[in-house]
Amino acid sequence: MSVDVGRPREAPAAGPPAGRQRPRRRQPYGERAGFGYLFLSPWVAGALLLTVGPMAYSLYLSFTEYDLFTAPEWIGLGNYRRMFTEDDRFLTSVWVTVKYVVISTPLKLAAALAVALLLNRASRAQSFYRAAFYAPSLLGASVAVALVWRVIFDNGGPVSQVTSAFGWETGGWTTDPQYALMAIVLLAVWQFGAPMVIFLAGLKQIPSTLYDAAAVDGAGWWRTFVSVTVPMLSPVILFNLVLETINAFQAFTSAFIVSGGRGGPSDSTLFYTLYLYQRGFVDFQMGYASAMAWLLVVAIAIVTAILFRTSRSWVFYAGDGR
Amino acid sequence: MRRLTWHLVCLALLAVLLYPVLWLLSMSFKPASEIVSSLSLLPETFILSNYTEALEGSAGIGVWRFFANSLIVAGLCVAGNVVSCALAAYAFARLRFPLRGPLFAFMIATLMLPTHVVLIPQYTIFNELNMIDTFWPLVLPKFLATEAFFVFLMVQFMRNLPEELGQAARIDGCGPIRAFLHVFLPLSKPALVTTAIFSFIWTWNDFLSQLIYLNSPENYTLPLALRLFVDQTSESSYGPMFAMSVLTLLPVVLFFLAFQRLLVEGVSTSGLGGS
Repeated sequence: MSVDVGRPREAPAAGPPAGRQRPRRRQPYGERAGFGYLFLSPWVAGALLLTVGPMAYSLYLSFTEYDLFTAPEWIGLGNYRRMFTEDDRFLTSVWVTVKYVVISTPLKLAAALAVALLLNRASRAQSFYRAAFYAPSLLGASVAVALVWRVIFDNGGPVSQVTSAFGWETGGWTTDPQYALMAIVLLAVWQFGAPMVIFLAGLKQIPSTLYDAAAVDGAGWWRTFVSVTVPMLSPVILFNLVLETINAFQAFTSAFIVSGGRGGPSDSTLFYTLYLYQRGFVDFQMGYASAMAWLLVVAIAIVTAILFRTSRSWVFYAGDGR
Repeated sequence: MRRLTWHLVCLALLAVLLYPVLWLLSMSFKPASEIVSSLSLLPETFILSNYTEALEGSAGIGVWRFFANSLIVAGLCVAGNVVSCALAAYAFARLRFPLRGPLFAFMIATLMLPTHVVLIPQYTIFNELNMIDTFWPLVLPKFLATEAFFVFLMVQFMRNLPEELGQAARIDGCGPIRAFLHVFLPLSKPALVTTAIFSFIWTWNDFLSQLIYLNSPENYTLPLALRLFVDQTSESSYGPMFAMSVLTLLPVVLFFLAFQRLLVEGVSTSGLGGS
């Protein structure tokens, strides 16, 4: 064995479990255990100080009234009770967010899959198109694009001009409670590039022999899509579905900018995270906002669990023997 | 013939998709009278005054200040993410130590954790440390590998490097530290570059945490300045607002054009790349 250059410093506090005081044994981890924690130490510090600790603290805060300046005051389940019994805006924000998740996620994935299918053919132009369709995913999260959205969907803006040319008088989407959320949904759908790229990678993994066999059996385009593409792609569909659903629950910038930070008109774009922000960082009701944050964690965990549970019946893993 | 139809369909879709961006670009060169009212992308009169007005900035602070602030924050975040995530990824991917499995599982779980649940406690911590209205709260966490996405991306990459490399390094007398510095780090360059680019773009676009932590206009980053600008803007002065939006998006677009291959491959191998 070599003599190591530069003796490693002592492994950080979260080192190997105690009770290993017998003369140092090489097995099962050898002398590398210390090195592992040495390299991991920034991450461990971050996980403890910025994730685990804060999670525990916000759980505690969720049972208190806290305004940042005076000490938290224990009120038990008070925050949670208020949410569901007294706070209509909270219930509105839940409803708005559920609508947004349920509408935007399937639309975004459908667009992503459709374009991935379109691009999935042998052509030298493919990588150009792939990159170009991906571009909005990088731009869309910005304040600048959200501003563009606000003006494009405003009264007299390009969108209302186009729709009225087709005889559909919408006026300004962003100022109409009926349409404001749809404008933000469209901004999410516009960023279908990232899941599209993932779908495309998945499509390339499907063995061409399956398509040959389907063609020999006389299957048409739709039949092949339903019986070959979708089952073979289903793990990727699940992956994108989970990821995009989780993302959608946390949408913030688009709603904030399009509604000018207020979630209007008449709370029609009051996203959960936007309301959480207002409660926590505008009204400084940090206990209430913490309770909302924990509820969001629980909601996301439940929805993810449900998606995985139902996936057993529709996700097909090749080599599963089914 | 079918090829041609395919190209036409792709290009038509692309035109619709990129219309908002092109619209923004053209608006930024239009005088106030033409803005909003017209659908057409080509300005009838082409002006630059929107840009000169935008460069004056808002709240008496020039736009370059906001640009510099954004650059400092993004630059430090890039450095933090690349260094700390590479260290953590090397440990997860290449070293064996007790509790590696559970810790890795925990790291993956934090991928799904909404940031909101740690937002308020982190705010109180940085408040105690008197760091509100400084760049520290935005930058420090990155040096502690809190961006699990990048750890994951690099773990995936380092795992796929051949096992023989580690053995060869050991035989040549390299300990884990030298093996990391001289073998694995140089070989992981594509993953490091991908991490750097994504870190830059995400930090550049980030809004929520900058909104929370930065209060005084001289510390504002571009997204905050843009928002400030909008609040002071009436419909008649959309032009400068659009010019400033273009300036804000420009670095992202340049990064995209320069590194689009790496970015797209980063997305397709790791699944990251959403907003």
